[in-house]
Formats: sequence, C-alpha cells, structure tokens
Amino acid sequence: MLAAPGVVWLVLLFLVPFYAILAVAFGDLDPIFGNAVPVWSPFGWDFTLFTEIVERVFGGELGQVFIRTFVYVGLALTISFLIGYPVAYFVSRHAGRRRGLLLGLLLAPFWINYLMRMLAWVNLLQEDGYVNDAIAMFGVDRGSWLDGRSFTVIMGLVYGYVPFLILPLFAALDRIDQRVLEASRDLGMGPARTFWRVTLPMSRQGILAAGVITALPMTGDYYTADLLSGSPRTSMVGNQIEFYLFEGSQKNAGASLVLVLSVFLMVAMAYYMWSTDRTTRELR
Amino acid sequence: MRSVARRVTAWAGDPWRPPVVLAMVTWVYILWSIVPVLIAVQFSFNSGRSRSTWQGFSMRWWWGDAQRSLFHDPALRQAMINSLTLAGLTMVIATPLGVGLALGLARWRGRTARASNLLMLVPLSTPEIVMGAMLFLVFDNLYTSIPLGRPAMLLGHVTFSVSYVVVIVRGRLLSIGRDLEEAAQDLGATPVQALRTVLFPLLGPAVFASLMIVFATSIDDFVISAFLSSDLSSETVPIKIYSNVRGSPTPALNALASAMLLGTTVAIALAVLSLRFFRRGARGSAVEDFARLDI
Repeated sequence: MLAAPGVVWLVLLFLVPFYAILAVAFGDLDPIFGNAVPVWSPFGWDFTLFTEIVERVFGGELGQVFIRTFVYVGLALTISFLIGYPVAYFVSRHAGRRRGLLLGLLLAPFWINYLMRMLAWVNLLQEDGYVNDAIAMFGVDRGSWLDGRSFTVIMGLVYGYVPFLILPLFAALDRIDQRVLEASRDLGMGPARTFWRVTLPMSRQGILAAGVITALPMTGDYYTADLLSGSPRTSMVGNQIEFYLFEGSQKNAGASLVLVLSVFLMVAMAYYMWSTDRTTRELR
Repeated sequence: MRSVARRVTAWAGDPWRPPVVLAMVTWVYILWSIVPVLIAVQFSFNSGRSRSTWQGFSMRWWWGDAQRSLFHDPALRQAMINSLTLAGLTMVIATPLGVGLALGLARWRGRTARASNLLMLVPLSTPEIVMGAMLFLVFDNLYTSIPLGRPAMLLGHVTFSVSYVVVIVRGRLLSIGRDLEEAAQDLGATPVQALRTVLFPLLGPAVFASLMIVFATSIDDFVISAFLSSDLSSETVPIKIYSNVRGSPTPALNALASAMLLGTTVAIALAVLSLRFFRRGARGSAVEDFARLDI
C-alpha cells in the first residue's frame, strides 16, 4: 500500500510520542536524583504528581499563568479581528484590479520568519529606536517598551498572528455570492444593515475557523513573550512548559502541563480538524 | 457651508462610493506588516554596531568584517548550513511520504482509512509546543538511540510536514478525478502503469508546490527545532535569532535573518509559479489558489 510508510511514520513519531507524554506525566520520580522516570505500562501509572499540578492550576500560582494566557490570547484575538476583518473584507470585495497585488502582500508575512518579524520590533522598540524617535517628535517621553509590559506582548501577538487570521477570513468572505448582497440592497437594506444581516452571518464559519487557527498557536506561544519582555510578569503557559522541561528539569510537571493545555484546547483542535477535512472534501 | 455638509452626508450615504476608509485601513495594515521587516533588513547594512540608530551604509556585517560578519563568523555560517540541510532533507523525505499517504487515503475505504485520515489531521491542529514537548520526551526517554540534535530535528520536521503535503496533494487529486486513470486501465494499463504514466505527470506541479512549501515551513520552524536541538552545533537560524536577540548582537544577526528571508522568498515564488503553470487557462490567479490552501 502506498499509504503505509506515511501511516507507520505518523504512528511512530506522533502517536507513540503522545503516549510518552502520558508515561512521563503519570510516571515516577527517581528517589535519588528527583528526575522523571517514565512508566510505560498504564497499570503502573501513579496520578499523585499529576493531581498536584492540576491543583496548582486550579487555585494555585499556575492558575494565574493560565488566566494571564487566556486574557492575552483573548485581547490579542479581539484586536486581530478588528484589524483583520476590514482588511479581508476590502480585499475580497473592493480590491478590483489590484487584487493579485494585495493578496501577494497579505501573504508576504507568511514567508518572513516569525522570529525575524519579532527581531524587527525588538530593534524598533529599543530606547534609541525608531518608535521612541517618533513619539519624541510629539513631545512624549521616550519609554522603555521591552522591560516586561503586557501591552508590548499583546501587540506582539497581534502583529505575529494577524496574517494567519486574514487568510481564512478572506476565503470565507470571497465565497459569499455578490448577488446575495445586491438582493439585500434591492430589498431596501442600507449598507450597514446589509453587513449586519447578510455579510456577517454568512461569514460566521470563516470567523470561527480563523479564530481557531489563530488561537491554537497563540495559546502555546512562548517566544513572543520571551523576546518582547522576558519577565516573569508576562509569562504564559508556554513559558512555564518550556521552563519545566528545560531549565527546571521537572519533566513530569512539564508533561502534566502539556496535558492540561491540550485538554483546554481539545474543542478548538477538533473544530479545526473537522473544518480542514470539510474544505478538502468540498473540492470533490 | 450648508451645501458642503450636505455634500458630505450625501457622499457618506451613497452605497456605490468607493470604500475610502476600508482602503485606508488595508494599506495602513500592509505597511505596518511589512515596513518593520524592511527596516530590519536595512539595518543589516548599517555601518555601525547599532541595530536601532542608522549610521550609514556598508557591507560590513555581510562580509566586510573579518570576524563577525555573516560570511566570516563560523557560528552564523553553521546556523545557515544547518537550516538549509535540515529543510532540504525534510523536503525530500516528507514529500514522498505525503504523496503516498494522499494517494492511499483517496482510494481507501473503511475503518482503517478513517483512522488514518484522523491521524493525518491531528498533527495539523496540534499546537507546536505540544508537538515539541511530545517529540522531546520520546527522544529523551524511548528512542534513546536517536540523539537529540540534527537526527531528532529531521525526524520531527518530517512529522509536521507530512500533513501539509497530504492536504495539498489531495486537493489536486480530487480535482483531477478518477476518469483519466480508469480510461488508462480500460486501454490495458495495469494499475501501477496508470499511476506512473497518467496520474504522476498530472500531479507534478502539486508535488513541486509541496516540496517548496515543506522547504519554507521547515526553514521557518522554531519550536520543534528548539525542543529537539542539543547544542550550538545543531542550532538553526531561527534558534540563533532567538538566543541572540535580547543579548547585545550586531547587525550581522539582521544580515542572517535577511539571508534566510531571501531563501524562503525564492522557494515560495517557485511554488506560486508552479501552481500558475499548472492552472494555465483557468480563471483567477495562482496567488489566489495559494491563499486558499488554508494552511
């Protein structure tokens, strides 16, 4: 079978690794060194360490990190939609003969490395950077943007992920038949009501898909917060996982947090898979 | 005065006027998304050490400086070589695996097929940090004969790339349909011959697009690489940028990022051109097809 190598690959390097997370999260600690020892048999699993982490998530200091992450992602998503929807709408409806050019420009951030885009902002936001030069012209004092501000991290997330939001929105808005909108006008609705009553409801699936595609990587992001702030005051779940797995070498705590995060994101992931599958099937 | 006000309200109320505000929002967004990167590229040509104050044009950080420029600093050169090798190998391994999987999934019916389809879709939706943690723990604990560093990174990159290939190739497969292949078999070709002489040539451009997209996503990847790398010798360009940005790096770091940008731009341009070549005569544009790939 042609599919066999691919399937075997995904079993060995996707399913088995997922099982490894369970084995580490529910595994033992070495009595002498205190490092995690995976337990491969489900009958030997011990849930005390995992329960401890879950308790720290619900009501402990880890809970704050989770809440902060969801607040950041929520705000960043809202701002992204406020920027992204008008842009996607304009390019799908009104771009005219510039459409190809505009689409090309919207795609550009995709092949610019994410870290390079963050590097660009780290340069701009330095004390003697262009941003401070610009606001100094208006007589505002130079600020230090990179010393652990939530505002900088949220705007960094917006900057990083807006492109991922615009494309699915564009695809959804582009599918709406122009004649439906004309019919709405002919039946006496003004532009605003046409938008609220026709365009917005018809793009609902695109909005959901775009939200999910953006929210999933944003929730697991740790490098944006690291590069633009680096302070524990803005640390997100991703930072905590990275810390446990590498710097703190508490691998079982890291694995448990990954599991908790996956459970939180399960619904979004299922929706994403369903919608990707549907899009490919529609091409039939 | 009254007539001006009336004209303004009439203009705002006219449903057929050009959407000036929307156009402005769009262009401002595009400038905002691209200009910072262009400034970062500009600073790779700075003649001073600063990455935030312009001190005049020079090629110092590209090759002028004998120690710290992009082409002379062994660490930066190593990062470039690592990134290119990793992306190249990922491309040649993941693409055949994905094409095979796409062909199989298009033919297969039944429970195993549905399970395999699901298995192919899950990596697409798994956040990178979850995938990175998974792979790190499995190489750390179970596949201990595969060392962290370049080998583990390659396996990890192939794993997240396979699904992209399947999505791209399956889209093309569905639009080609089964008719041509069946015709070939009616005319006496064996299933293998039909696959080789009819389907593969038709899939060519989609396969080429997959190669290029896998190359671009692999070279772009940070999380999986960072979780699976071992030491300085296996660092890729994104890891290098990450670990140096907040230190006191020189504009050579900007030069490194700009060089990579050039590499991915070439790969993506080739992918778009191949899609355009494929859809000669069809309506719309290749860029639009690309935008709809939804990945």
